[in-house]
Parts: sequence; structure tokens; C-alpha cells
Amino acid sequence: MDLITPEFGLVFWTAITFLCLLFILRKFAWKPILGAVEERESGIKNALASAEEARKEMENLTADNERILKEARAERETLLKEARDIKNKMIEDAKGEAQEQANKLIQQAQAAIESEKKAAMAELKNHVAGLSLEIAEKVVRNELSNKDKQLELVKTMLGEKSLTEA
Amino acid sequence: MTLNTFKSILFSALFLAISFVGHATEDSDNKDSKEFNAKEMILHHVKDAHGFHLWDWNGHAVSLSLPIILWTDNGLTTFSSSKFHHDDSGKTIVEKNGGKFVKLHEKIYQLDEGASSVNFDEEHHPTNAHRPLNFSITRNVFMMWVSVIVLLLIFFTAARHYKKSEDNVPTGIAGFVEPLVIFVRDEIGKPMIGEHKYKRYMPYLLTIFFFIWINNIFGLIPILNGANLSGNIAFTCTLALFTFIITTFSGNKNYWKHIFWMPGVPVPMKIFLMPIEIIGMFVKPISLMIRLFANITAGHVIILALMSLIFVFKSVAIAPVSIAFSLFITVIEIIVTAIQAYIFTILSALYFGMATEEEHH
Repeated sequence: MDLITPEFGLVFWTAITFLCLLFILRKFAWKPILGAVEERESGIKNALASAEEARKEMENLTADNERILKEARAERETLLKEARDIKNKMIEDAKGEAQEQANKLIQQAQAAIESEKKAAMAELKNHVAGLSLEIAEKVVRNELSNKDKQLELVKTMLGEKSLTEA
Repeated sequence: MTLNTFKSILFSALFLAISFVGHATEDSDNKDSKEFNAKEMILHHVKDAHGFHLWDWNGHAVSLSLPIILWTDNGLTTFSSSKFHHDDSGKTIVEKNGGKFVKLHEKIYQLDEGASSVNFDEEHHPTNAHRPLNFSITRNVFMMWVSVIVLLLIFFTAARHYKKSEDNVPTGIAGFVEPLVIFVRDEIGKPMIGEHKYKRYMPYLLTIFFFIWINNIFGLIPILNGANLSGNIAFTCTLALFTFIITTFSGNKNYWKHIFWMPGVPVPMKIFLMPIEIIGMFVKPISLMIRLFANITAGHVIILALMSLIFVFKSVAIAPVSIAFSLFITVIEIIVTAIQAYIFTILSALYFGMATEEEHH
């Protein structure tokens, strides 16, 4: 029976000791320990949250970068295309102009050649006519001055005539 | 640095004092002449005592005598337990402060006016003596204070570590203590009481958990003569009383409604349930008290009984068996120390949770 009868003295000391222990530990141990643990836990939570935020931001940044890159690439593409078009057009234009110019020049040259040719022909004709007249005058004069020779010529001609007619 | 030096000096002084007192109170021990009584020996070890019997040396008991503090009709009376010269049968009479005192089965009796020696009835109860209020520093009280010093050292060191460190990373003793504290918080406080209200009860839960655990452990240390504090019903009764008081005072409207007028059942059932619930209010702390007391005491009784086998059979041959079995039980008891502390704490938390539960329908 002794064993299961609470002794008053021990109840008294246990109560006092336990209450003292409770208040001392609450003030000097549980508060700092639990406070530190909670502080660290909230720190970890915050760190995780901010890491997540940073990750999202990074994602956004990467997406942005990609978008900008894409835009830049498209712009470059259009720029290149435009340049190519301009180049082609310029070449085309230059070609046409050159063709025109050349044609014009050729035409002018042809016209000039034609007129020159005509002038030259006219001059040549005149010249030839003069020369022919001069030659003919000289020949006639020369022929007529030599009687023997005229005779001989007539003879030869007559002879040849018969030969050829025979 | 100075604090550590101070601590070591304090401890050396304490142990020196113990050894001096021990030698000073050496006395003849006439146990050899008596027949070995296992039941008596076991009960003597399991119950509280007024002295700290450490070991026998050359037929003398080396023990630490503890102060006896009594509240008698003549006021406060104090003397050392060594005055009884290890007598536990009521033969040695100590006269102090106008009263005559004897120690009988580790209880202090004051002889009635005019009596010069104790008279017994057939059941060996004293007939001419009464028990004054006894506030003595018994073996259990002494060990309780030692456990308090150890607890304070452990947790002050841990708390100081957090104060000093800037990043709150636990190392050293804080690394050992922190998982236990977090265990009590996350496995006992939060699930039993609830996320919003557990904080108020954490100091109590933590204190009771570590207080019970360390006293369970101290009870297993053989050289301390098995100061069986947590296996003493007075100790468990006090702690259960605290749980009861806290539960009762933190009970909300919903809690009392569930006790006196159970919602959701017909009126005859409400009337029928009321006395059951009222009894249950008291049964809960009583079960806490008995569970801890019985578990720890049973462990001690088993270990001591196994050891007694050697003396009962008066043979050394039985010693290996006794030792093997008691070692096995001791290992189980080491686990039980933690389990019982855990159960007491989790049930206390459960009762607090029930008392503060909000209505939800």
C-alpha cells in the first residue's frame, strides 16, 4: 500500500521543482531555442521563396532574350532582303540605263557613219568624176598627138576583129 | 572560460562533500545476520528513502545522509538523517525541538507525548506515534535536483549556443538537443494541439518531456541506488495534476459542452453521457499517473528480482543467467525511458488539444 500512496513531501518538492524548472527553462532555454529554430525555418522559407522568384525572373529574362533575339533575327532578315531588292533594282536600273545609253550611242554612231559615208561617197564620186575627166582628157590628148600609133591601133583592132569573128 | 572553471570547482566541491559525508556516516550494517528477503529488498529500492546508500565497505555502509525537515506542533524541525544511524525499525529515537522521532520503514514518526519507545500492533503499525508533515530532502528529491541541474546545464548551453551563433546552425550540444525539441514540437505539439494554439503549451510539453525522460534515465543508473523518482507515485501524481489543471483551465466552451451536454445525441443519451464524461475528466490524468508509475516501477522490480535470484538460490552459478536477463531488461528499460516520457507528453498534449478544440460541424 505504501507504494501507491503519494507521499506529501515528495508531491510538494516535485511541484515546486517542476514549476521552477518550467519557468526557468521557458525563459532561458525554450524561448531562445524555439525562437532560433523558427527564425531559421522562416529564413529557409524566405530563401526558398526568393530563389523561386529569382528562377522565375531568370525564366522571364531568358524568354525576353529569346524574343529579342528572334526579333533581331527577323529584322536582319528583312534588312537583308530589302538590301538585296535594292541591289537588284539598282543593277536592273543601271542595266536598263546603260542599254538605253548604248542604244542611243549606237544610233548616233550609225547616223554619223551614214552621213559620213554619204559625204565620203559624194566626195569620192566628185573626185572620181574629175579624175576620170582628167585622165580621159590626157588620154585623148595623148592619143590624138600620135598618128602612127593611131593607125597601128586601128590596124590591130581590125586584125583582132577578124580573128575574133572568124 | 571563467564559467567553466567555476563549474568544475562547483562539481568537485559537490563530490568531495558527498564522499566526506559518506565516510562520516559510516556505521555498522547488520544485514549479514538477516535472512535475505527479496520482497523487502526490492521494495526498499523502489521506494523513497531518507538516505543515499551508495555501497558497503568493510561491513560499513557508505552513504550520503540527507536533511530531514519536519513540520511538527512545535514548528519546523530539521536534523540529518545520519542521526538515525541507519536504523529503519523505529528503535533509534532522535530528540529534537521537543519532539521524539523514529524512522520506521523510511517513514518518520513522532512519538506521542509521554512515550519513550514505539509500541506496535499485530500488523506492525505503531500505536503510540503519529506522522508529522514531512518535507525531507529524500533520495528522490535529491536526485530530482541533480536532474534539474543536468537539464539546466544541457539546455542553457544549447540556448547560449544559439545566442552566440549568427547563422543559428546547431552544433555541439545544440545539435543533439535541437532534433528532440523539434520532435516534441512537430510530432507532439503541432498534431495534437493544432497549428494555431500549440505555441502556448510548448514550454510545458518540452519541460515535462525532458524532465520525465532524464529522471527515467537516472532511475536506471545502478550506483545512484536506483533513485526511483519517476517510478514514485507522488512524482507522477504531481505531473498528472499539472496536466489536469492546465487541461481544465484551458477548456473552452466546446470542451465543457462535450462534457455536460454532449451535442448531436438525444437528450436521454446526453444525461447518460454526462457522468461518464465527468469521470473521464479525472480518469485521464489518473491514467497518466498510473501508467508512468507502473511502467517504471515494474522495470525496476523485474531487474531487482532477477538480481535477487542470485541471493535466493545462494549460488554464483545463477549469476550469468541473472545478469543476462537483467541486462536484456535494462536495455528494454532504456527504450522505455524515452517511450514513457513520450507517451506522457503526447497524452498531455492530446488532452490540451481536446480542451481547446473549436466547434466544427
